[in-house]
Amino acid sequence: MIKIENLTKTFNTAGGEVHALTDISLNIEKGDIYGIIGMSGAGKSTLVRCINMLERPSEGKVIIDGSDLTTLSPAELRAMRRKVTMIFQSFNLLMQRTCLKNICFPLELSGVSKAEAKERAMELLEIVGLPDKANAYPAQLSGGQMQRIAIARALATEPEVLLCDEATSALDPKTTQSILSLIKDINKRLGITVIIITHQMSVVEDICNRVAILDNGYVVEEGNVTEVFSNPKSDAAKRLVFPDGAETLLPELKGQRIFRVVYNGAVAASSPAITNMAVDLGVTANILGASTKAIGEKAFGSILLSIPADADFAKVKEYLSSQENIIVEEV
Amino acid sequence: MLDFLNNYIETIDNQLLHDALWVTVNEVPFAIWETIYVTVLSTLFAVILGLPLGVLLVAGEKNGVMPLPSWLMSIINTVINLLRSIPFLILMIMAFPLTELILGTRIGTVAMIVPLVIAAFPFVARLVESSLREINPNIIEAAESMGATPFQIIVKVMIPESVPSLISNFTIAITTVLGYSAMSGIIGGGGLGKIAINYGYYRYRDAEMYISVVLLVLLVIAFQSLGNYLAKKSDKRLKNN
Repeated sequence: MIKIENLTKTFNTAGGEVHALTDISLNIEKGDIYGIIGMSGAGKSTLVRCINMLERPSEGKVIIDGSDLTTLSPAELRAMRRKVTMIFQSFNLLMQRTCLKNICFPLELSGVSKAEAKERAMELLEIVGLPDKANAYPAQLSGGQMQRIAIARALATEPEVLLCDEATSALDPKTTQSILSLIKDINKRLGITVIIITHQMSVVEDICNRVAILDNGYVVEEGNVTEVFSNPKSDAAKRLVFPDGAETLLPELKGQRIFRVVYNGAVAASSPAITNMAVDLGVTANILGASTKAIGEKAFGSILLSIPADADFAKVKEYLSSQENIIVEEV
Repeated sequence: MLDFLNNYIETIDNQLLHDALWVTVNEVPFAIWETIYVTVLSTLFAVILGLPLGVLLVAGEKNGVMPLPSWLMSIINTVINLLRSIPFLILMIMAFPLTELILGTRIGTVAMIVPLVIAAFPFVARLVESSLREINPNIIEAAESMGATPFQIIVKVMIPESVPSLISNFTIAITTVLGYSAMSGIIGGGGLGKIAINYGYYRYRDAEMYISVVLLVLLVIAFQSLGNYLAKKSDKRLKNN
């Protein structure tokens, strides 16, 4: 549905050319909740703005439903923007308008009659769960409520795609959860394709089915969320998946042998591998550090262990490696 | 009422007090009215000219919502700066031909309106510019992302979102115009300024001068308080509104 082909964006600044995005190609299917994740400065916001042409790509194409947006006239572009709407980190509501009028705003822009716009806005307030806030002003709302109004506003023109630019980054964890489930609900009920820009792993884990990892203007990994997160190949992906970097803590231990056990999707609950090892081999291990996550029922991540130097490491390695989806690496 | 007051004033022996009271009762009320209508009308016309100009200054920038050619922006900026740098006293005289062209006369109270508008509209344009620059650019981006045309962004986003700030700035404009209007006596216009100059300066009658000045101060306070009230009342960012 959305095809990004060889997209490059270069900014000409006083300090020379800045390559914000280099040769990005992505394919987003209808009904996807597609995450684009990266650290600050990776180019995420520029990428999402290239999708609705708030930023013009320097090179490459953005094709939505077969039409290349880079070739559209200003009027065609405005019509397209009613089908590809956006929500923002800072909500960007009109502060001098009531919530109802904020939701009516995009309809007003496209010339829908006042009565019709109001009726649609009331429906949308219902969908986002704030029917009682119609006549409140944004300043009277909490962050989560403002984002709900912003979502209602983004849905007013019955879009096919919803772009979320760090939509939950300004919200507390609980509110983030409720906004994410609202987005998920909208995706399911209305069949709207969602593209989420975020730096929060948890957001992608919670609601995305596909993900692209953006680093320094390049897409370094792309694919199914479980696949990418279970086996991060690029450094950028590893940094995101294991932010604490278990490997960085390497204590000097005399008379100990240190190694790392990598869980690559092992079903953790059913195989307490390290405890089994203690029982079966009689080797007791110290856990020096761990950084793991459960994605679905599978465990991903690594545990840093030490065993006495006189224990038979080869045997330990063989024992653990024989378990499904566990790899042992010497340190 | 007026006759009664005048009869009473005639009974006062002290010449200075008698004259001051006579002016206060017979000339000051009309002068207040003249000052108010000249000030309000001039500010109104200045806003009519200055508001679109101020919008152009912001929207017409290179990164604005409706970029204009840079030579045009330079001309607009230069004209505004030029008009803003001419002292009002001189501008009043330089405006004579234009005043005569528009009103058929170059002197009198109404004739004051032309130089006042010329002095005030570039000032208003700059004030509007500063108000519009306060708008969060993200809100404009959001409107763009919804498919708003440049004109819709100006009319439905930029101006409505800056209404409280615009009211505050128009209040500054009206009090400035009020101050300028006090020079009207020089070209034969009426108003409190005329009384202050004609009696206070030309005839060394301090009492009349102080009365006019106090009234001018009260007018400034009144305009300012009304402006502050309206600005606050209109600002929906304040939670209590």
